[in-house]
Amino acid sequence: MNDMTFKTVFTPPQPKILATNPAKIIAEGVDVYYGEKHAIKNLSLTIPDKAVSAFIGPSGCGKSTFLRSINRMNDTIPGCRVTGVINVDGQAIYDPSIDVVDLRARIGMVFQKPNPFPKSIFENVAYGPRIHGLAKDKTALEQIVTESLKRASLWDEVKDRLHQPGTGLSGGQQQRLCIARAIAVNPEVILMDEPCSALDPIATARIEELITELKEKFCIVIVTHSMQQAARVSDLTAFFHLGILVEAGDTDEVFTSPQEKRTHDYITGRFG
Amino acid sequence: MVSLVIIVALSVLAYFASQMRAAALAAGGATLRARPTFHGYLAFVVALLAGLVALALAGLTPALPALIAAPAAAAAGGIAVFLAVSPVLRARVIFEKIVLAVLILASAIAIFTTIGIVASVAVESLHFFQQVPMQSFLFGTDWSPTAPVPSFGFVPLLTGTLLITVIALTVAAPLGLLSAIYLAEYADLKTRAIAKPLLELLAGVPTVVLGFFAALTVAPFIKTAGAAMGFSIASESAMAAGLVMGMMIVPLISSLSDDVINAVPQAMRDGSYAMGATKSETIRKVVFPAALPGIVSAFILAISRAIGETMIVVMAAGLAPNLTFNPFAAVTTVTVQISAMLVGDQEFDSAKTLSAFALGLTLFLITLALNIYALRVVRKYKEHYA
Repeated sequence: MNDMTFKTVFTPPQPKILATNPAKIIAEGVDVYYGEKHAIKNLSLTIPDKAVSAFIGPSGCGKSTFLRSINRMNDTIPGCRVTGVINVDGQAIYDPSIDVVDLRARIGMVFQKPNPFPKSIFENVAYGPRIHGLAKDKTALEQIVTESLKRASLWDEVKDRLHQPGTGLSGGQQQRLCIARAIAVNPEVILMDEPCSALDPIATARIEELITELKEKFCIVIVTHSMQQAARVSDLTAFFHLGILVEAGDTDEVFTSPQEKRTHDYITGRFG
Repeated sequence: MVSLVIIVALSVLAYFASQMRAAALAAGGATLRARPTFHGYLAFVVALLAGLVALALAGLTPALPALIAAPAAAAAGGIAVFLAVSPVLRARVIFEKIVLAVLILASAIAIFTTIGIVASVAVESLHFFQQVPMQSFLFGTDWSPTAPVPSFGFVPLLTGTLLITVIALTVAAPLGLLSAIYLAEYADLKTRAIAKPLLELLAGVPTVVLGFFAALTVAPFIKTAGAAMGFSIASESAMAAGLVMGMMIVPLISSLSDDVINAVPQAMRDGSYAMGATKSETIRKVVFPAALPGIVSAFILAISRAIGETMIVVMAAGLAPNLTFNPFAAVTTVTVQISAMLVGDQEFDSAKTLSAFALGLTLFLITLALNIYALRVVRKYKEHYA
């Protein structure tokens, strides 16, 4: 039992998506601890670029924890410790020479609950470009904001009220605003932590549509509780259980012929 | 005292009697409209209230002996409920209505007391303004109530108050705000657990102690420091009072600001960090603007506290109604003059005594306006995350 706990039991064949898309993020032997709690156990996973990778699994399985390790958001949690190697474009992000501020500019994040700043819609999107000095002047900044809102398919709904508070938008619009805010700094990776769990089905459908559009340009990693969502939007699916990566592979493979009994039980709704 | 004990004892008795009667009815197969306990509660409060009302009446009318009237009333109340116990008695509904009435009464007493105070101050102020025209009070620049031809110009007192408040705020605003940011954002839990109560301890120092600290330590220090640099500074100066008052309101500002900064949702900070913002960028551009309305209202509350403060200025600022903005001069404040007008033997209807009420009313209106403004700012802030 003990040796089972600490390694991926089953080594799947190389997912097909990795044959067409280059690897963006490579995790090797990653362990995450919250104080005494061992939240992620010996995780190794390769995430393809310009594709959507979904993390599924029951609550508390470690999928969000691993997601937050990729942009080092776990650094803000006292008592959190990460060991092992996570490479983004071949660069070890836990290397002491890495500036976490630069890293997070390259790896954007969208949270479970929409969290626009209590500022105007324009200022929300302009926040990142401003702090990173991406716009030379006001015109350039306006262009970045317009462009980001368009890419987040929010522009048509807000173009007449850019200077009203972002908190006044509906939940789905707020989440698209947060996506616009994240892509305004032109990241390479976008991490999404259950981005639709606070939204109604229509807003969810819009976000999913948007995710599919965005994967043309970005490497997207999404944590979701909805198996249908994972099946709909993702190319690669990783199933987590009790801090272990149980199975990872092409989404259609994982959902049609899971190699592991636990994966099968989870996606058929037998537990979790 | 004896009758009070008897009332309570009778009420407890009424509780058990009614509760048992209701329980017996329930056991006999009746469907009650309230559980037996509520029948007991109802008997208890009715007996207690009847007893207390009788006790109060007995206190007002000497002919009524309390020792007989109060227990009799309590017993009557208890028995009435006991007899009324039946399956159709809506004991819970009635009991909750009585509880509601008691709660309303409690808050009404506080509110009517405030209204009463304001009304009495307003009436006396009216008497004052019958003797002294209002414009010479509000716009007069000479305050000499004890002169042979007394003059009641309010302006020097107002400028004195404002001068000291401004000095206090100049000290307290940066100290309070920066310590709040440190406590809320940078201090680890252990430091915070020690530092915050220590800071709040400063708020617990009685103002009379701060007052003689200002008068006996700070003021002479400023005087000697000034003398060393070749200035002549009054031994009672606005500076001494203002500095110490500033120290007094530091914990007020830091504690309230710390609370509002902490109330900014962690999701805001996470959102900013995830954009690659540093901690200081996050604080300056996200946390601080989000907390700003709350911080403003903390400041306003601190200002109204400073304006109303008396002991420190009585001891350290002096009694000279100088119309000056020189922080090293002796000035006097509204509160100092109120206490000066009412100390010692007074004729109650002289303009000098009545001026204290006019000053009090003006002070009250100023702080009231500030408080209302602060409350409105806070309300606006609450809507932000609703």
